[in-house]
Amino acid sequence: MTAQRCVAEGLFEWPSDEPRVRASRCDACSFVTFPAQDACPSCGTDAVSPTLLSRTGTLWTWTRQRFQPKNPPYAGREPAAEFVPFGVGFIELPEGRIEARLAGDVDQELRIGMPMELTVVPFTTDGDGTEVLTYAFRPVKED
Amino acid sequence: MDDVAIIGVGLHPFGRFPGVSGLEMAAKATRLALADAGITWKDVQFAFGGSYEVDNPDAVVNFLGLTGLPFTDVYNGCATAASALTQAANTLRLGDYELGIAIGMDKHLPGAFAADPVDYGAQSWYGETGLFLTPKFFAMKIQRYMHDFGISPETLAKVAAKNYRNGALNPNAFRRKPLSEEEILTSPMVNDPLTQYMFCSPDEGAAAVVLCRADVAHRYTTTPVYLRASVVRTRRLGAFEVHSPWLPLERADAPTVDASRAAYEIAGLGPEDVDVVQLQDTDAGAEVIHMAENGFCKDGEQEALLAEGATEIGGTLPVNTDGGLIANGEPIGASGLRQIHELVLQLRGTAGERQVAGSPRVGYSQLYGAPGTAGVAIVST
Repeated sequence: MTAQRCVAEGLFEWPSDEPRVRASRCDACSFVTFPAQDACPSCGTDAVSPTLLSRTGTLWTWTRQRFQPKNPPYAGREPAAEFVPFGVGFIELPEGRIEARLAGDVDQELRIGMPMELTVVPFTTDGDGTEVLTYAFRPVKED
Repeated sequence: MDDVAIIGVGLHPFGRFPGVSGLEMAAKATRLALADAGITWKDVQFAFGGSYEVDNPDAVVNFLGLTGLPFTDVYNGCATAASALTQAANTLRLGDYELGIAIGMDKHLPGAFAADPVDYGAQSWYGETGLFLTPKFFAMKIQRYMHDFGISPETLAKVAAKNYRNGALNPNAFRRKPLSEEEILTSPMVNDPLTQYMFCSPDEGAAAVVLCRADVAHRYTTTPVYLRASVVRTRRLGAFEVHSPWLPLERADAPTVDASRAAYEIAGLGPEDVDVVQLQDTDAGAEVIHMAENGFCKDGEQEALLAEGATEIGGTLPVNTDGGLIANGEPIGASGLRQIHELVLQLRGTAGERQVAGSPRVGYSQLYGAPGTAGVAIVST
């Protein structure tokens, strides 16, 4: 089995059958922010508690990343010809709008307002073969 | 306010200049601004220098003369030049000095900016996963804007085509070849809906602006241009901003809107008084959005305004008469002073083939960039 690791410890629950993204909620004003941080960007207090974001929402805006980002800071080390373009969007959740890579083929149909759900995907591989995972959203399959 | 006057402007062409340093370009721009004002470097009492890539803009004194003047370096993202200008004007208002200069310079590598996200208030994973990029933010902002307000891809192409056309009339521009709307629409898609030719490029260049107290401007020039307002603002919670992976449900106006309103109020002028406009066109969509954010139209009216040619040099609302960022590229430290350079030429009536007819009296410029900083300046005769 391929070894795997999260791109950042504590960014989302893993391993998990139903992973959720971690955020923080202000103890004073209840403002939720992502990624989790130790102070509130709304009221400035430094008393915040961990919280988890909803797993489903709707696509608020999107684009497609068609050129390979520069490394660093991008962790991918594939030759330019092997770069796989990916979708990017903001997903509107009950707690706020979160930016995410979009799982699935880059040319899949995307439209503002479509239902989306959280998933976890490998996006690159370390030098020792370990897959690096990040959170992503994908269109909800309609039956 | 009309207490600060611009009496000299100078610009080193924008583009790519192998073997020429950012400081050398700044020295060239400064000499042109000094000559324009009819003064020499030893007459300059203080300076502000702006750059992203040049650590010590003040080292330009090596080429101009080590006179010992107070020289302060500033960096403030894409609003760096606006910050240098604002600080120079405010220094004059403090009353200790009569004449100073704002100098902007930069020398970027080709391609999208790359940096450490941690230095921008983001986290490492944001860069590692390929999300720490400015072009895709601008793409997502215009994507939503097009959905909400009925802007078409053809309108984005019209914006870019106009700016390339204007750039062809500007001997200092980076890109001087007109491109058709068809060529722009069919160029490679970079970040949907924005194609390659809808984006500006980081490049190289320098610009300088000599300012003095308005009451002594007549000693230097018969055509002073007054800096009526120069304002910098940062994002408020709820604004949709570059390099932020979170957007609260409750939205706030963009920092450009805040800077614009403050500038109009300080100047005692409104958008209806403005004759010529320079907007931050990082991409064609940004120019469309910034038309509304700066009060020149309502959201969605851009579709009709572009179709009727309102923003052309000969239109009712000329925007980016020198080709803007799309034709000039963006050397961050110099970009906002290029805008002032163009507005001063327009208000003096010396912009040549790019001259807006009818003796324009009021000019307006706006900058916006990472991580959510905007600058607005208003000038008038």
